[in-house]
Amino acid sequence: MDAMNMNAGTPGADPLEFYGTQVSSRLLLGTAQYPSPAILADAIRASGSQIVTVSLRRESGVSKAGQSFWSLIKDLGVKVLPNTAGCKTVKEAVTTAQMARELFGTPWVKLEVIGEDDTLQPDVFGLVEAARILCRDGFEVFPYTTEDLVVAEKLVSAGCEVLMPWGAPIGSGRGLNNPYGLRSMRAHFPRIPLVVDAGIGLPSHAAAAMELGYDAVLLNTAVAKAGDPARMARAFARAIEAGREAFVADPMEARDMAAPSTPVMGRAVLAD
Amino acid sequence: MKIVVNGEASETGARTLAELLSERGLADAIVATALNGAMVRAVTRPATPLAAGDRVEILAPMQGG
Repeated sequence: MDAMNMNAGTPGADPLEFYGTQVSSRLLLGTAQYPSPAILADAIRASGSQIVTVSLRRESGVSKAGQSFWSLIKDLGVKVLPNTAGCKTVKEAVTTAQMARELFGTPWVKLEVIGEDDTLQPDVFGLVEAARILCRDGFEVFPYTTEDLVVAEKLVSAGCEVLMPWGAPIGSGRGLNNPYGLRSMRAHFPRIPLVVDAGIGLPSHAAAAMELGYDAVLLNTAVAKAGDPARMARAFARAIEAGREAFVADPMEARDMAAPSTPVMGRAVLAD
Repeated sequence: MKIVVNGEASETGARTLAELLSERGLADAIVATALNGAMVRAVTRPATPLAAGDRVEILAPMQGG
């Protein structure tokens, strides 16, 4: 992509690395639920994303829907991050990851082991076990997890070099449910790339995640279900850039009382 | 022979997993396969025999979040 080449490696660029792969865009975009393939392609281009998530589903010999989807993604020249969405057991997730590795030709996998249907909350016990198996097998695992620090430690011990805590339940658009927990996680893992994955509804939510020092944001529904997905993708890209800039610029501390911003010294006395 | 393909009961004359894909017009398709819950790599499909009652999954790239 042209935008990617322009940004990567230029002075002042602020690249991010996942398992040794450098990217300049800090927005990872999902590919599901768009009104049409053309709108999906427009949204990916507008987002500037260099990594998009994909999945595996049953292929019908009649429609061959998967084949046309795959050629669309390949034409966009982005990296894919296959997920194990919908898997509820370690065995399902591991087998799905193995199939994804062969299909997409990448060791990357967004590991989801879902533990609860209403919240799509990760089953963190299954997640850690699956991560251990997959890391040992050479996978580069991006675990979809909660902000629980003990679970995160176990994922890192299992071999994960990226952590992806949820902002809020998948598809809920609620934003960051637990900013305190996310901030603790950032402080606890200063050198591990952290991605807020799921629950983002608005560009301001994404900016807030970046202002906390998160390295990137992964979202899908907020763009796919917007009235104008490409425009919303652009809005997210800008918000994420702004949030990142703000974090790097080291924001001021909030305080309870007012403090005059205009100097008081030399002020004329004009009162009676 | 009766097998289950992608969750649906099917009648097939295919003797191997590779033949099953050909039978379904998916010989050259980008798909991943599993037999009875275990992945079967593309290179081993011609040498993977099918038996009555087998469960086959044929998966393709799909939209995901």
